[in-house]
Amino acid sequence: MNFIGEDNILEVNRVNMAFGGLMALSYLSFKVKRGMIKAVIGPNGAGKTTLFNIITGSFPPTEGSIIFKGMPVERLKAHKIAHRGISRTFQTVELFDNMTVLENVMLGCHTCIRTSFLASGLRLPMARKKEAQIREKAMKILKFIGLADKFKDPADSLPLGEQKILEIGRALAGDPELICLDEPAAGLNETETYVASSLIRAINAKGITVLLVEHDMKVIMNISDEIVVLNYGQKIAEGSPREIQNNARVIEAYLGSGS
Amino acid sequence: MLRIGKLPIAVFALFIIAFPWIAHKIPPIENYTDIMIFAGIYCLITLGLSLLMGYAGQISIGHAAFYGIGAYTSAILTANYGFNPWLCMFFGMIVTAAVAVLVGAPSLKLRGHYLAMATLAFGIIVYIVFNEETAWTGGPDGMTGIPGLSLLGFAFDSVDRYYYLVWIFVFAAFIFTANLIQSDTGRALRAIHASETAAGAMGVDISGHKLLVFVYSAVLASLAGSLYAHYLNFINPSTFDLFFSIKLLIMIALGGMYNLWGAIIGAGLITFLSYEWLHYFEEFEVIVYGAILLLVTIFLPKGLAGTPEIVKTWFRK
Repeated sequence: MNFIGEDNILEVNRVNMAFGGLMALSYLSFKVKRGMIKAVIGPNGAGKTTLFNIITGSFPPTEGSIIFKGMPVERLKAHKIAHRGISRTFQTVELFDNMTVLENVMLGCHTCIRTSFLASGLRLPMARKKEAQIREKAMKILKFIGLADKFKDPADSLPLGEQKILEIGRALAGDPELICLDEPAAGLNETETYVASSLIRAINAKGITVLLVEHDMKVIMNISDEIVVLNYGQKIAEGSPREIQNNARVIEAYLGSGS
Repeated sequence: MLRIGKLPIAVFALFIIAFPWIAHKIPPIENYTDIMIFAGIYCLITLGLSLLMGYAGQISIGHAAFYGIGAYTSAILTANYGFNPWLCMFFGMIVTAAVAVLVGAPSLKLRGHYLAMATLAFGIIVYIVFNEETAWTGGPDGMTGIPGLSLLGFAFDSVDRYYYLVWIFVFAAFIFTANLIQSDTGRALRAIHASETAAGAMGVDISGHKLLVFVYSAVLASLAGSLYAHYLNFINPSTFDLFFSIKLLIMIALGGMYNLWGAIIGAGLITFLSYEWLHYFEEFEVIVYGAILLLVTIFLPKGLAGTPEIVKTWFRK
């Protein structure tokens, strides 16, 4: 693998998350090197989505810190984190169903190109120019993810596979340095899964670090450079796909100790 | 929902320009130009409110208060201190914006309808202030002696002249708002409406945008209030009571909050109903409003502006 620099873009430091009496995450620590594809796996309820929600600022952790590009971000609101360069997709599709495919991606550009209230209301030349830039950029992304011909369609009219791809496109539009994908292959058929995995590779090839939660082992083993395994909110293993495949604790967590 | 076509705007502009001329020709509707002034003033408020309700998904039950703050700022500064009316209008908008930030900022940081509660309380407080601060506001008797408007020696002293002045403001506000909806800001608002979680993750400052729209709608209401005061040359608190805030909501609901035309249609219809067509019902008027609200929410959730869409789907079947 050809990593761009050897620094850690993201560090999760002793993160604890308690929902009432339930420990969703306990003292979880791991690092993500810049430029890699890192997967987080684990049985249902292991705390993967909770981890994503903390990293992207949906809620702060009970304890611990998240360091992104050397700065703590665990107390920042979601939109501030997005502006720092972390973007995400959702396990259950969260597209803006009142917008077209193109507009969804255009909204994704919100972090990089914006117009002021007065300039947009008065439709100043500056605002028009920026709007054209946003549109152009969004079209480029639609071409990259292969949905350019559907740019005018309402977002919720797409089949699930394409909705998931569109969510990735929307997340890309803000020029993130780290993109968190929450089960990009969930509910997809084999062809769609193949498309999604190639897309993730293509994104990574652009130098964007990918943090991935996924249940589809074929996808995980194929595309990830490193894997973290969670069970009941704790890290039980970390390593390359090969190491993980042969790890006794991982096999136990997935199949139970009896087998 | 999004595109505001140029043709409907042109047709509507022609209608507005020709209206006083037509009204003069037909004796039974001669006084309609006067009513259209009030319709225009209410349009200014509903344009902002529909942005707040339809796009930011927030309800305000206190816009009568912002309307009143604009009217009283203009009234007090011109009648008691002799300031320039245009300056007072502008000053009223600044005061209203500051007040709107104070009212909106805490409640818009939270999810849910806290703004509705905050504005309800705020509206009642402001109404009491208008009534009780007799030294400033004249109390329940109101204030007289508010000068009319004039610009570079041209006085807006006839009904027709004031009519055109008000509707120029309405058009300016309409186009500004339509531009806003079709910009980055409008997209952010629609995103918030569809999914706050996703909007936040894409970098949209949710409470910031809600506050922006709330302040914008309050400033438009303030402008409307100033125009009202300078037209009637007299104001009293009863214009700015809770019922007026609710009437504004009925206008939005009837017209449709997801379309700017809804704001215009709703404000126009309710104005004519309350000034002209519902006198027959006398004190039962309120019941008619209740019935309208009920019927619209059941049968026309998108308001009258949503009917073309319904008709279209009918024909497709």
